[in-house]
Amino acid sequence: MADFAQAAQRAHPLQAGQAGIGSVSVTPADNATRVSLRARPDAVAALSKALGLSLPLKPKTTATAGNRAALWIGPDEWLVLDADGSSLVADLAKVKVLHSAVDVSHRNIGIIVSGRGADAVVNGGCPQDLSLGAFPVGAASRTVLGKIEIVLWRTAEDTFRVECWRSFSGYAYGFLQETARDVAV
Amino acid sequence: MLLIKCPYCEEERPELEFRNAGEAHLVRSPAISEQSDDDFAAFLYFRQNPKGLQFERWRHIHGCGRFFNAVRDSVSDKFLTVYKAGEPRPDVEALLNPEAASVSATAAEPAKKRAPRAKKGEL
Amino acid sequence: MSTTAHSGSNRIAGAGRLVPAKTVRFTFDGQSLTGLEGDTLASALLANGIHLVGRSFKYHRPRGILSAGSEEPNALVDIERDKSRKQPNVRATVQEIYDGLKVKSQNRWPSLTFDVGAINDLFSPMLPAGFYYKTFMWPKFAWKTIYEPKIRAAAGLGVVPGEADTDRYSNRFAHCDVLVVGGGAAGLAAARTAAQAGAKVIICDEQPEAGGALRYETDVTIDGKPGYDWATETLASLRATENVTVLTRTTAFGYYAQNFVGLVERISDHLSNPGSDMPRERLWQVRARKVILATGAIERHMVFANNDRPGILLASAARAYLNQYGVAVGRKVGVYTANDSAYAAAIDLKRAGVDVPVIVDTRDNPSSPVIEEARSLGIDVVTGHAVFSAGGKRRVSSISIRPNRGGSERKVVVDALIMSAGWTPSVHLFSQSRGKVAWDAANERFLPGTYAQDCVSVGACNGSDGLQQALDEAAAAGSKLAGETGFKGKTKALKATGGTDWVLGMIGSAPGAGADTTVKAFVDFQNDVTAKDVRLAVREGMHSIEHVKRFTTNGMATDQGKTSNLHGLAIAAEALNRPIPAVGLTTFRAPFTPVTFGAIVNHARHDLFDPTRRTPMHAWHAAQGAAFEDVGQWKRAWYYPQAGEDMHAAVNRECVAVRNQAGIFDASTLGKIEVVGPDAAKFLELLYTNPWEKLGVGRLRYGIMLREDGFIYDDGVVGRLAEDRFHVTTTTGGAPRVMNHMEDYLQTEFPHLNVWLTSTTEQWAVIAVQGPKAREIIAPLVEGIDLSNEAMPHMSVREGRICGVPTRLFRMSFTGEAGYEINVPADYGRAVWEAVYERGKPLGLTPYGTEAMHVLRAEKGYIIVGQDTDGTVTPQDAGLTWAIGKNKTDYVGIRGLLRRDLVADGRKQLVGLKTKDAHVVLEEGAQIVANPNQPVPMTMIGHVTSSYWSQNCGRSIAMGLVIDGTKRLGETLYVPMPDGVIEVEVTGTVFFDEKGERLNG
Repeated sequence: MADFAQAAQRAHPLQAGQAGIGSVSVTPADNATRVSLRARPDAVAALSKALGLSLPLKPKTTATAGNRAALWIGPDEWLVLDADGSSLVADLAKVKVLHSAVDVSHRNIGIIVSGRGADAVVNGGCPQDLSLGAFPVGAASRTVLGKIEIVLWRTAEDTFRVECWRSFSGYAYGFLQETARDVAV
Repeated sequence: MLLIKCPYCEEERPELEFRNAGEAHLVRSPAISEQSDDDFAAFLYFRQNPKGLQFERWRHIHGCGRFFNAVRDSVSDKFLTVYKAGEPRPDVEALLNPEAASVSATAAEPAKKRAPRAKKGEL
Repeated sequence: MSTTAHSGSNRIAGAGRLVPAKTVRFTFDGQSLTGLEGDTLASALLANGIHLVGRSFKYHRPRGILSAGSEEPNALVDIERDKSRKQPNVRATVQEIYDGLKVKSQNRWPSLTFDVGAINDLFSPMLPAGFYYKTFMWPKFAWKTIYEPKIRAAAGLGVVPGEADTDRYSNRFAHCDVLVVGGGAAGLAAARTAAQAGAKVIICDEQPEAGGALRYETDVTIDGKPGYDWATETLASLRATENVTVLTRTTAFGYYAQNFVGLVERISDHLSNPGSDMPRERLWQVRARKVILATGAIERHMVFANNDRPGILLASAARAYLNQYGVAVGRKVGVYTANDSAYAAAIDLKRAGVDVPVIVDTRDNPSSPVIEEARSLGIDVVTGHAVFSAGGKRRVSSISIRPNRGGSERKVVVDALIMSAGWTPSVHLFSQSRGKVAWDAANERFLPGTYAQDCVSVGACNGSDGLQQALDEAAAAGSKLAGETGFKGKTKALKATGGTDWVLGMIGSAPGAGADTTVKAFVDFQNDVTAKDVRLAVREGMHSIEHVKRFTTNGMATDQGKTSNLHGLAIAAEALNRPIPAVGLTTFRAPFTPVTFGAIVNHARHDLFDPTRRTPMHAWHAAQGAAFEDVGQWKRAWYYPQAGEDMHAAVNRECVAVRNQAGIFDASTLGKIEVVGPDAAKFLELLYTNPWEKLGVGRLRYGIMLREDGFIYDDGVVGRLAEDRFHVTTTTGGAPRVMNHMEDYLQTEFPHLNVWLTSTTEQWAVIAVQGPKAREIIAPLVEGIDLSNEAMPHMSVREGRICGVPTRLFRMSFTGEAGYEINVPADYGRAVWEAVYERGKPLGLTPYGTEAMHVLRAEKGYIIVGQDTDGTVTPQDAGLTWAIGKNKTDYVGIRGLLRRDLVADGRKQLVGLKTKDAHVVLEEGAQIVANPNQPVPMTMIGHVTSSYWSQNCGRSIAMGLVIDGTKRLGETLYVPMPDGVIEVEVTGTVFFDEKGERLNG
């Protein structure tokens, strides 16, 4: 009966604004598949195998394989990211060991902060030490930005991915653009 | 803003990522429905709130999300130690006098953490 | 006519470092003046011969410029760029001039030179310290209505701007190995060593450039270079070093726990046309592993009669005005000192061609090369004498000199007087760090004693008086602290010559202003506190310095004891006849200098004040003209007024449409938690009063969550998606705290359970379709789910697809109608909503907002946690006993519910309330009484929690919490209101479809 010429279309909450402010660009990330993964240590091996990457066990670290990345969030928690339309959810559904995998693809919005001074842009509202010694490339952590919670992931020396909940994305995007203006001064 | 060491993240993080969660080591009885009025009142309401060393709970709510315990001096605001939920109450004497404790050869790792010393005399 | 570069008659050719050709025009009280680029407002005013810049706080005495730094207590002015960018109480000694700068003096009316309020000075015998504590005691009411407003109007300094500030402010969190506060000789030496070792260094200084005292100590060399050149070169090389952040015009204002230091960087206050992207100020929240305090020392004034006259300045300030800005503070400059450092200023002025008629030195037989030098220049050095009084009103015109121990008086004509009572080490930040100061009895000063944090004081703030000593100490500290953070390196030692000797001097009142006198010898200029006031405080019984401070206001407000503290303390100690350390030192508080609200608030303004959370369908609601309601940070569609409708009409229409056809409602804000794991049901059993183990897969249940004390904490519908997977919903406002509450129990009380919680609030957009036509509307859009009553009855959940996208379809109702809550991944929310709306519109589908939702649920007696409950309501009180699992042995709140008071008679219970007059709608929160004729205060037996006009019932409906309410069904109670008593009948809580038949329709 239900025969739709076109399935419902996605609507992203952010409008891509000006691409760059001074040396730093703040742009919405592409849609992604996201899973909040929870498990005890004894399940890590099986989950890693299914994911095709070694789930990181050290605080503030990540592991990546192709488009897929697992961010250590807590001692039994990872945020696993992959490209939109990936097999991530299906891959985890096959795993029999004790774990919890919840699809949060639409819960989060990603924002990419990139360019010289990106660390200062994030430090406009994030109180963590983002020097390369303390927060090297590949580091990730749940933390705060201004008045909201974010997950921060340094993907390159001058590039950060900021993940926040969907309804906070307007705030996060506005905040980072504001601090980017400051850093550009 | 305090710096608080999270025993799960194994590093100090800004206080903004944490939330205090009240006194530590309150035990919820497994047979709570049979608890006497007095025992239940003690569990529900009565707190120590001492001036000085507090055993308290924190949650790294905007970090790893875990609840943990800490010993903090409510006068100086200094943390003596932090430890994971479920771990026993640390020996405060050993924390305050690490030398004495190390003689007994059981000095725990947290004993290294002590209040910063006065620096003036060392210059 | 030609414009000549004329930057003030007191500018001395060849003196100072400013470029004569670079002129800047500004106005002071409307008068157009010219200064030079690099001038502070103070130096530019002095260059133009202007000393009178303000009126004092209490007595409205004429005041001038005392200092050349941030310690300035007098020269506070109002700077106005435009109506919205206006800043009162700006220090003229800190503000740099720019083209077009507009300055107004403060606390005077009608003009600076003729000020009506100055009459306070004549009445000053009636306005001693603490006068307002005693004088305005009676009648009591008059304090608020007459005295306080009058006093407030007469006192005070600048005027608060009336418009919102349009400037931008920003924030930066920063971390470093070593933070160096102060860019004088010591600070630079410390930063240089730490930086060369490789440590990450932040160095800040409140001045536009580095150097501190080197800016005016022209007799200094470091590394063979003039001190100022060395400072400038060192700063430039630090700026060029990658691991160093140099922050000038930046004040370290607060030192907090664990080496957390607040800095404010002034970015555009010195610019004529700051760019629109440029913040006015930036707050730096610095976490430093080590802190080096190189905050220097502050020169003290002499305490003598009329020492506040304009034209009387600190000696070091006069030297700075001359050597940095090329400005002579007068043409005939007297000198009054109790130590050597004022001689250097006198010598510099004399050499620059200024007449220095006399140096008055309170010391009996001082000996020092500088004294000889002064004498050799022909200056009359009078020792063992004191300045007993200054003549002149709006500008000092003379000084009266007498021998310390009395004798004949001599009057010397001057147009400026410079003074030095000695130097007070600036231990403000050290003290803020909770360090304890120690009294250095030999030199009569407080120095850093016991450290509370990982910091070191170097140079003058540490009492290291000679320049060489300060440099060596600073370099050693820089090297040591860098080493402690893991950076080792060697730096060549610095060799210095010359420099001011910072030691000794005097504290307290000078001869002629002692205990036997009644002269106005000011201790604290900003707060108009005299030596006499401090003594009065002691006589009045204030024996602790903290009490003296509060009684006199000495060292309060923005001064924070910079110039006044030691003098006040010494005078109090003398009056108490106790040694200074026994009297104690008041606490120095943050901020060191005033910080704008803008800097503290920084980005948190306008849209960034607080996050505004919008649902995926928000733009649709807005396009339909919805009015929005704030629910926490969420914006929720409140009602959708059509043309000509008010809120009442819109809500009535929406409520009727839901019951007659169908309504569509955005429920996306409801909290959602996915509970996953084999022990999921067991966990929910512990967190909710209800039983869950036996809930079938695909079924829903309404759950009640209690706190341990037995009171309702939250509620919501929970669906079982699989044996080990539940979809829990919470109230909109309760979502974060419920998640925290559940995590708390899971992690700390029930860690043995194999279950995890994940917030999915924002994963799902939720579209409620409610009403008799709900199924007919959604059916064509749904794939893979049998919607029949048999296959999908009330309180069930199915997974399938809608409009081609995945859905968790809940059959549930918060309206009492048959209905669905369609969960779709959030990005699809808008499209699915529109598809459902387009499909349902011909069938009468009507969007309804939170107001109609509230009315509809109240018609059914469904509670809203937080409205019908208030944290003191049990499930029994709320008529929800049915939701408690009878056979359960444990759940959070099970013991609390057994508490004696909770099971006793006389509890407030939720009941329905029908007004006798169906058209009267009760006020929520109104109190309920049994007998309206009793005397006031009446015995209140309950209150109204929810009340609406119900178009569907054709009458008003209400619920309330009433003592023993369920026993009162049918009784008449009363709601007394200002305009009469309303009669109500106690009823059940269900007003519509009492049998609940429509749910299954």
